[in-house]
Amino acid sequence: MSNAVDLKLPDARGHFGPYGGRYVPETLMHPLQELEEEYRRAQHDPEFRREFDYYLKEFCGRPTPLYFAERLTRELGGAKIYLKREDLLHTGAHKINNAMGQILLAKRMGKTRIIAETGAGQHGVATATVAAMFGFKCVIYMGAVDCERQKLNVFRMKMLGADVVPVKAGQQTLKEAVNEAMRDWVTNVRSTHYILGTAYGAHPYPEMVRNFQRVIGDEARAQIQEKEHRLPDQLIACVGGGSNAIGLFYAFLNDPTVKLIGVEAGGLGIRPEQHAARFQGGSLGVLQGTRSYILQDDYGQIQLTHSVSAGLDYAAVGPEHAWLKDAGRAEYTYATDAEALEAFNALARLEGIIPALESSHAIAECMKRAPKLDRKSILIVNLSGRGDKDVAQVADKLQLQMPV
Amino acid sequence: MNRIVERFQRLTTQGKKGLVIYIGAGDPNLEATRQLALGFDQAGVDVLELGVPFSDPLADGLVNQLAAQRGLESGTTPPKVLETVAAIRRESQMPIVFYVYFNILHKRGVKEFIADCARAGVDGLLVLDLPPEESDNYERLMAEAGLCNIYLIAPTTPEDRMELIAKRAQGFIYYVSREGVTGMQAKVSDTIGSMTAKIRAHTQLPIAVGFGISNPEQAKLVAQSAEAIVVGSAVVNQIAKHGKSPELAAKVSTFVKSLGDAVKSV
Repeated sequence: MSNAVDLKLPDARGHFGPYGGRYVPETLMHPLQELEEEYRRAQHDPEFRREFDYYLKEFCGRPTPLYFAERLTRELGGAKIYLKREDLLHTGAHKINNAMGQILLAKRMGKTRIIAETGAGQHGVATATVAAMFGFKCVIYMGAVDCERQKLNVFRMKMLGADVVPVKAGQQTLKEAVNEAMRDWVTNVRSTHYILGTAYGAHPYPEMVRNFQRVIGDEARAQIQEKEHRLPDQLIACVGGGSNAIGLFYAFLNDPTVKLIGVEAGGLGIRPEQHAARFQGGSLGVLQGTRSYILQDDYGQIQLTHSVSAGLDYAAVGPEHAWLKDAGRAEYTYATDAEALEAFNALARLEGIIPALESSHAIAECMKRAPKLDRKSILIVNLSGRGDKDVAQVADKLQLQMPV
Repeated sequence: MNRIVERFQRLTTQGKKGLVIYIGAGDPNLEATRQLALGFDQAGVDVLELGVPFSDPLADGLVNQLAAQRGLESGTTPPKVLETVAAIRRESQMPIVFYVYFNILHKRGVKEFIADCARAGVDGLLVLDLPPEESDNYERLMAEAGLCNIYLIAPTTPEDRMELIAKRAQGFIYYVSREGVTGMQAKVSDTIGSMTAKIRAHTQLPIAVGFGISNPEQAKLVAQSAEAIVVGSAVVNQIAKHGKSPELAAKVSTFVKSLGDAVKSV
């Protein structure tokens, strides 16, 4: 069934088979080489490792629990379900793992200014947080539509001292925020580090972000062995760019009995411009620095996307996921807006946990799979973030009223 | 001989500097693009750099982003831009370079796209987000088709990289005079002279300097350190201003001629 995969990927030029690479304007080529060189030095520096681990534990709140979701398990009547509780981290999502790693790198490089893009606002909040903590100037680019639907996070970023720039180009969501962050970076590259928030973009970002996020899977692997004395049967995670998913999967890549399942945003259904499921409606292309599956038209223009969740509403997927799909190591499916909302409600009512709409896509897939598995099977779902930011949007969709 | 190579040889013989003008194809429509091109040829433009509109132009400033948006809204597709080049070719031998993002080539197929360009009469490609490291068989296919692959050098490019790029570039080197996206600037960078001198140590190719040049005074100043200058956003801005006016080509060509006169006086 599952094939062994090469853990040494990407290769020296940042390629995962035919995916990945470094497709950027010349102004960024040398800065990316410098970033890669500094990252390599940091990787082999025990002091960097020690500092990163220290802040993950003392500031971010690691390790996160691997929680047995007893009522959800009983309700679905099949596999045992464990939740990896990244929602319990400081700032409320897995994004802080990577933001912490990259700010420590920016500090080593002597940069004074930080920029980032954000979709749901979780990466923006994580970046604004570490920038405040280490005293960096910080500018966050966010699509104007996302600013509106994730208003709470806009206020949080501002309170943390970041400038939030609403991006009004195109469909005013994550893709346009990335374009604008890259334009800023090209202009201010000598002073500025770009903390890209997902396992996407030009080399070394996909590899570096994965490595800063792999702590999720490293912990989960040890925790499940302690609790169940064996490996899980399936891992489920939502995939926007794909950082929480690759962070969970990486420690299990060479455990062929563990199935890896990525869940994309099915939006209103798999029809052009109504979803963000790149493996369903996408094709091979080059966007924002890397080669991967993207949603595009016959002439290579990037298509509009739709998802109820701002964090998954993106036209491209991380190159390592494309590679894992080709290698037959991971499989990718999707959950629609309606299924994600249903899962959001189920987890709130059965487990007392309000999940992010992004993570709700993974819960939705778990709700489809668990009943078909026997009670000895074990599923781990990455609960990548909490849903506070989504409360207003979901209340609106459910037409909840304030009591009078 | 490739029209770009031929044009620069002629300029060298005459001891003259060159003028490269950028516009976005299909802004406000492709018929206007054709008329503008013919007007530019009359106004003394040496190379027309034609932007193929892309949905996500991340190397471009606002002026050129809006031009790409107008281009896409007027229904401009790569095959239609190629038809427009073929139409221009019936009346003009002015060298034409496509300024294009790699996904447009990638989707069509790199080999097929290059063949389409050669057939239509395009003379070179400047692929914004395709550095030499990722070029794969692109350079060979370009050489076989007789097209110049134009590479960029930036202020952040160190000397060893300049050498790598200069060895592999053809036609001319495009020096991006400042860190940033395309767009007009109040003041041109003061490192242009020293950077073009460094590039010259690695190549015999002519150097065209662009990004931020917006008026005849700046054009004249920069032309002293280069074989040619590139003006984009300032021209695109004129197109945005005159829009669909029947005078569009005449008015923009008058502005372009003022740039040409400034450059030729150096």
